Amino acid sequence: MFDICIIGAGVIGSAIARELAKYDLSLCLLEKDQDVSSGTSKANSGIVHGGYDAKYGTLKAKFCARGNQLYDQLEKELHFGFRRVGSFVIGFDDQDRKTIEALYENGLKNNARGLKIVDGDFVKKREPYLSDQIQVALYCESAGVISPYEFTIALAENAVDNGVELRLNTEVVGIHKQADHFVIKTHQKPIQSKVVINAAGLYSDKIAKMVGIEDFEIQPKRGEYVLFDKTQGHLVNSIIFQTPTEAGKGVLAVRTYHGNLMIGPSSTYIEEKNNVNTTAETINEVIHAARKSLPNFDLKEVITTFSGNRACSTKHDFIIEESKKIPGFINIAGIESPGLTAAPAIAQYVVEMVAASHLISLQQKSHFNPERRPYHHVSEMNPKELNELIQKHPEYGRIICRCETVSEGEIKDALSRSIPINTLDAVKRRTRAGMGRCQGGFCTPKILEIIYNELGIPVEKIEKKTAGSYIVVGRTKKAFH
Amino acid sequence: MTKQYDLVVIGGGPAGMAAALSAKQHGVENILILERDKELGGILNQCIHNGFGVHHFKEELTGPEYSARFITEIQKTSIEIMLDTMVLKIDNHRQIHAISPNHGYMVLKSKAIILAMGCRERTRGAIRIYGSRPSGIYTAGTAQRLININGYMPGKEIVILGSGDIGLVMARRMTLEGAQVKMVLELQSRSNGTLRNIVQCLEDYHIPLYLNHTIVQIHGKNRVEGVTIAKVDENLAPIKASYQYIPCDTLLLSVGLIPENEISKSARVKLDSRTRGPFVGELRQTNIPGIFACGNVLHVHDVVDFVSEEAALAGYGAARYIRGQFDTTITHQTINGEGVTYVLPQTMNIYHIEDTCNLYLRVNKPYGRCQIEAWIGNTLIASKREIRCLPSEMINFKIRKEAIVGSSDLRPAQAIDQQPTQIIVKIVGMDRDPSLP
Repeated sequence: MFDICIIGAGVIGSAIARELAKYDLSLCLLEKDQDVSSGTSKANSGIVHGGYDAKYGTLKAKFCARGNQLYDQLEKELHFGFRRVGSFVIGFDDQDRKTIEALYENGLKNNARGLKIVDGDFVKKREPYLSDQIQVALYCESAGVISPYEFTIALAENAVDNGVELRLNTEVVGIHKQADHFVIKTHQKPIQSKVVINAAGLYSDKIAKMVGIEDFEIQPKRGEYVLFDKTQGHLVNSIIFQTPTEAGKGVLAVRTYHGNLMIGPSSTYIEEKNNVNTTAETINEVIHAARKSLPNFDLKEVITTFSGNRACSTKHDFIIEESKKIPGFINIAGIESPGLTAAPAIAQYVVEMVAASHLISLQQKSHFNPERRPYHHVSEMNPKELNELIQKHPEYGRIICRCETVSEGEIKDALSRSIPINTLDAVKRRTRAGMGRCQGGFCTPKILEIIYNELGIPVEKIEKKTAGSYIVVGRTKKAFH
Repeated sequence: MTKQYDLVVIGGGPAGMAAALSAKQHGVENILILERDKELGGILNQCIHNGFGVHHFKEELTGPEYSARFITEIQKTSIEIMLDTMVLKIDNHRQIHAISPNHGYMVLKSKAIILAMGCRERTRGAIRIYGSRPSGIYTAGTAQRLININGYMPGKEIVILGSGDIGLVMARRMTLEGAQVKMVLELQSRSNGTLRNIVQCLEDYHIPLYLNHTIVQIHGKNRVEGVTIAKVDENLAPIKASYQYIPCDTLLLSVGLIPENEISKSARVKLDSRTRGPFVGELRQTNIPGIFACGNVLHVHDVVDFVSEEAALAGYGAARYIRGQFDTTITHQTINGEGVTYVLPQTMNIYHIEDTCNLYLRVNKPYGRCQIEAWIGNTLIASKREIRCLPSEMINFKIRKEAIVGSSDLRPAQAIDQQPTQIIVKIVGMDRDPSLP
């Protein structure tokens, strides 16, 4: 019997798991996919928002501004990659100016930090490649960029290192409320837990329905992005938003934490929760819209297009509550943007909720280790550090991914950490091998070989990301027998 | 570790090996080849089909056989080789930064450097094919490596987009391994591959080639389940009425090669947007004194024999530079005339040319009988007749030194303020061959 079972190892579930791991509890984190951060948490803008945008008084506003302030400490402990680069909401005319002033006022009420209304010259000085037509902007010093999947992985890994039991490939198919606990049915053995936290993202409505909670639905809203080579990264230094209008929120342009230019997202409600297709029409719209902010990016330098589905709820705000109908069942649902920013603050609040509910008593652990062992990223190390490292571990001197300068040592490290992984995408998200301009063209065969050597999985059984996403069908000459 | 060399060659593929050997033959002593893979040979190691060496060795060899001949030659010399070594950058002092498991982080000083890093393949993202992102999408070269080096089959039912040579070769290769290659699609109204490969890799195996076709969507959540193909109009836009779903488990892409110049950029080598490789002179010198470039890092070749020929020039150039016999004057400049997409070298120092200068060029569309001409002002200085010129086939065009000198207003070498004389290279089409693809 677990004290608490968290369903969903996205950024919300992982942040909650890590926060609860500070207490003497038996915790379980369930994930239907082969790795953590496999849904919305892996495909979004990767931005720690300033907190001026969400309407004052909403949960989004409350948790976004609070979450923003927690990131410096988290980065110190977990080393996932975070930088406060600042953001601009750029305006072209008087209508935009009015909106920007309103955002500024709203931001002050939300307790967003580092806000300032600036003129076009201020913007131009910091962002020389932006449009010449910018007249006004809302500058927010406290906004930052992160690598969202590395953040989620870091949270989950640190949670596991502190005793949380992570079960991957474990889809919840039913939940039964007993007198003083829940029985969670999966395709493996059922799991018993006193408290259930529903952090199932796009599927949180489906999970809630399993215990009869039907007062919200999740409507997936797809956002499509275009990612460029690092050769285009210099075009922006901070995060560039467009002023929201009645027609929409506009698209952003950002230099990602790792230095690529990225534009997007689009915003389309779709039917299927796991439909993360990209479409010609939408990507062309994104490109067209982004040109308004940043006129001169080079489409020849596009590395990839991708999309992610935001888990928007029919309540149009975050749902963060223990069910009144079903005590012990906590919904953390409808966590759309700015959910990534809000995640650490939501996690802290969940601890308060659990403490207040008297369902279980919380005792702080004496031996909680907040530190996650950092990766030795060859691309970020100086010659002296590298020489010392390679002398001890020669595999850090063998570069496997030439585009992102990722060594064999980093890949082996990723494969031997406390979250058991075995897919190409899991390796990619931890090390960046295959993230670069050749998109794995050169390193895929080499990574297959490393996975085989390290984990003993036959190459034909190695998958890209999900069950059935095999890379090869078999040995040559034998594949058809 | 800091070491000093006369010449460091970055890349141990066909270009790097031929360049190092040539430098050696021209008297350079202290030579190092840096190779990222665990053996020399570069991409030739996975090109197990034949057709290599017809010009250079006057016989047909496979890729590994072709490279083995160079490896054998190198082994007879004192040329030093560092395998498993990745060059990270060339700094402003022209020092090479590299790492390897055996030597750690190295800073190498060298009197001259030859860039021979080769090229990479364009990806799905670069040509923006939309839809889902399952496994089963490979560039043709990756599939080639998986099959020929690693011994694994990437899939069973194959659709190939792009009719570049590697795609055509892989259509045959996968057929021979038992896969069903359903079709090869080509966006343009002609193939990018050589005629020889279209016949020997597609027609001989009854694999259909659909010209003016592309892929508009990829289907499948986990593994590729199919693609939607479409005919394109004259603006290359897909025609909705022609959409057709083709089930398959694998998509191979052969949609172009890009010279891999990240290291060149770190050394501030100036690149030509036409070739995506460095601007070079007759001995393949770049704008940075002492840095030379050859092979696919300079421009994408379709025949390795010409890579070897070009690399020998770079090796000779580096040898002259190391001896202090290199004059950076630019006396001539080659210009694209009608019908030409690029001419290499982009510049010339006539004083370095002994007898003839060999130009490499590509045409912008297919020509039947035609004449390639080089002009200085109103004077035709060289011409060559061809039965056929295709954009996919690089043209080799020799100009005699005396023809250039006779028509140029040359001042003594080292005259810095001298404007280079322009040599315009163009195609004069005689007629369009209706049988052309």
